[in-house]
Amino acid sequence: MTIKHHLNDDLLMAYAAGNLSEAFSLAVATHISLCDECRAALAAYEAMGGAILEGGADLALMSEDALVRAMARLDALPAPAASPKKPKHPVLPAPLQDYVGTDLSAIKWRKLGMGVRQAILPTKGKGGSARLLYIPAGQAVPDHGHRGMELTLVLKGAFRDETQHFARGDIEIATEADEHTPVALGDEDCICLAVTDAPLRFNALIPRLMQPIFRI
Amino acid sequence: MLQASSGMRKGYAGLANKVSEVAKGQETGAGPDFASLMLAVRDQGDRAAYGVVFQHFAPRVKAFLMKSGSDAALAEELAQDVMVTVWHKSAQFDPARASLSTWIFTIARNRRIDYFRRTRRPEPEDLDWGAGEEPDAADIYQSAEETRRLGAALSTLPEPQRALIERAYYGDLSHSEIAAQTGLPLGTIKSRIRLALERLRQNMN
Repeated sequence: MTIKHHLNDDLLMAYAAGNLSEAFSLAVATHISLCDECRAALAAYEAMGGAILEGGADLALMSEDALVRAMARLDALPAPAASPKKPKHPVLPAPLQDYVGTDLSAIKWRKLGMGVRQAILPTKGKGGSARLLYIPAGQAVPDHGHRGMELTLVLKGAFRDETQHFARGDIEIATEADEHTPVALGDEDCICLAVTDAPLRFNALIPRLMQPIFRI
Repeated sequence: MLQASSGMRKGYAGLANKVSEVAKGQETGAGPDFASLMLAVRDQGDRAAYGVVFQHFAPRVKAFLMKSGSDAALAEELAQDVMVTVWHKSAQFDPARASLSTWIFTIARNRRIDYFRRTRRPEPEDLDWGAGEEPDAADIYQSAEETRRLGAALSTLPEPQRALIERAYYGDLSHSEIAAQTGLPLGTIKSRIRLALERLRQNMN
């Protein structure tokens, strides 16, 4: 499996620096779970954080008893148990399992029409919302543009938009200017993780009226 | 109780001596070898080595958090938390994957997110690294070297570019918030950061 569509520098750096919202962090962490190239790039951006920690700021003196106090805490708490490693899932990488578990058939989908379904994920905080989209083979997601940025990461199957093809692990980074119609390709249903930093706006009147209901 | 605490104090005085001994022993040319010290913490629970790591990094973590907007007292508390986490999570330290300063940066960053934003930070799935495989000395050297060279390259950047990159790492700041703080237009900030990254890449190659 070769991933062709990657994260960009803005997203990698913001994630490394800890400046992305939970919803966008989820998309970045899920892509990196599938993409060695972006994993390596993230390591470089984190190393930049290390270099800045090492030499960027002046030192701030700690109080005199700081080390003694820290030493006293080393044994006060038992070391937290490492969380058990999650088994590999063919569709859901580990970061997503924290939100939807591992059972695809247990996901509570809501119908969006034309067989397309979505499940909104419980991310907290401002700055975006995350959902899983289920697009039946050959079906299109209603034509939509969006305010702000939309990330669409393929987990299963594949889709194409007007110009490009996206398979498992590929992430589409669409900006406000892009009007796109993802269509699920082949005979496999497509599941995607989609993150938007503003409500999507649909071009057709009816979906727009539906928007507040579906929270798209 | 009193006895125990004076005993503890004695223990710590001994420890302080050992800390300075270790620090002296390590001060050969390039300064302490933090990867080795942290491996002694991880593998032997070596408190003297931990003391050296603490004395070097706690003031840096505190300064980092103050640049992120904490006052001195809060930054001190959070730096304490970060350094105690360094001890408790030492099993996760892998010097072939990240230098010690990079690893501690990620712990400080996560503490900041946790404290100020109270949201989860989704993390990528762990890779299978081959159980029990000994890390390669060359990899350990290389990850420390990468951080060192990045630091050197950063310090050669023109001041406005370097300041913007540092600010992006300190803060819970989006580019548009940096724009509001510095009075620079958003486009200027993005292009300066891009320029700076370009230059860093050239310096690193």
